[in-house]
Amino acid sequence: MEALKQELKSKIIEVLNLEDIAVEDINDNDALFGDGLGLDSIDALELIVLLDKDYGIKLTDPKEGKSIFVSIETMANYIAANRTK
Amino acid sequence: MKKCYINGVGCISTQNTFDTEFLSEVAINTTENVLFANQPSYKEFIPPAAIRRMAKGVKMGIAASTKALEEANVEIPDAIITGTGMGCVEDSEKFLQAILDNNEEFLTPTSFIQSTHNTVGGQIALGLQCKGYNFTYVNGAVSFETALLDAKMQVENEEANAVLVGGIDETSKHTLELFKLVNLIKKEEDQPYSVLQPNSKGIVFSEGASFFVLENQKKESSYASIQAVSTISALEMDEVQNYIEAFLASNNLKKSDIDAVVLGNNGDVEFDGYYAISDSIFKETPQVYYKHLSGEYNTASSFGFWVASNIIKNQQLPEVVSLNKLHKESYKTVLLYNQYRGKDHSLIVLKKC
Repeated sequence: MEALKQELKSKIIEVLNLEDIAVEDINDNDALFGDGLGLDSIDALELIVLLDKDYGIKLTDPKEGKSIFVSIETMANYIAANRTK
Repeated sequence: MKKCYINGVGCISTQNTFDTEFLSEVAINTTENVLFANQPSYKEFIPPAAIRRMAKGVKMGIAASTKALEEANVEIPDAIITGTGMGCVEDSEKFLQAILDNNEEFLTPTSFIQSTHNTVGGQIALGLQCKGYNFTYVNGAVSFETALLDAKMQVENEEANAVLVGGIDETSKHTLELFKLVNLIKKEEDQPYSVLQPNSKGIVFSEGASFFVLENQKKESSYASIQAVSTISALEMDEVQNYIEAFLASNNLKKSDIDAVVLGNNGDVEFDGYYAISDSIFKETPQVYYKHLSGEYNTASSFGFWVASNIIKNQQLPEVVSLNKLHKESYKTVLLYNQYRGKDHSLIVLKKC
């Protein structure tokens, strides 16, 4: 699980082009949206594509994203439980 | 009809033109067939959350336009008009590459939404919260001039008091490869590259963004006024002189009224013959060239417009852009002529104000 969290942080930084942010700057329970990393709705779409492309998880209901994309911790838990690749 | 004054300028080019005195720091290239923009730090112009998604052209456009607006002391213009020949090619390439790499699946929105030609104008408006007229002209090597013509007419006819107008083009990896493949860009073996003594076909390709604030009132910051703009799609070499003479006559100008002529020579031996007017009707006129500094791109003429504006404001023609080493005591009327590969000819007259 720890390796998955590190991998996720690294992918999020790369995909969302988070300049000036390093893997060690992101805590597992930091909020991804709002006050934490400050991601927005376009980033949410990027994360949905990331789940599909890299972990084979298709989010059919966008509302699911609200609970999945809370933090690295919640994302990693969801991916570990639902990944198909 | 109101006059149209250039009251603020901002220029990002292959030279350090953004935060230095006019052409005080220039380097003449003879060995690179592609030149990249000398970019400033964008952090003071663009919020960090937005900057991470922006391609080079968007960032250059926002920084250059911010500088122009600051100089003219205009917070929000009535209109934003941009010209670009190739638009946001960097994100277009990213998006198209993603389609290929991912077998037409997993397409992400970021590069797609920023890949359109009007992204720069749109992002400037979003940053300023400017809800006024916003238009982008995509018209080859007269993209900037077309935008300028629209801006000038809006100011003159009092449809807008202040218009932000600019020309932007960015380079991108795949497009450069394609341009090299079809020999639009000079070959390595043709070095050293010279704009004035060209010995090879093709151009030194480049990128940049030049923005201007046009207003119907003269200010302390005013550079010049725009008297006339003209474009024409295609001309034969022997038709250029007639085109220029007719243009001057229609604006009640004589050849002797022109204090300097700014020419778009780009070192392409095949097409620089279009500038033979330098040896005929303007032989005795101070001549200016600039593409040895800026390189060539669809809106490189906006860099020439920036050079001409500065010559009039400073009343000085720097040696580094002097083509025939002729000078005058004052520069009241300056004519700009540009073309690209025999197409997209443009003429502009700037006057001291």
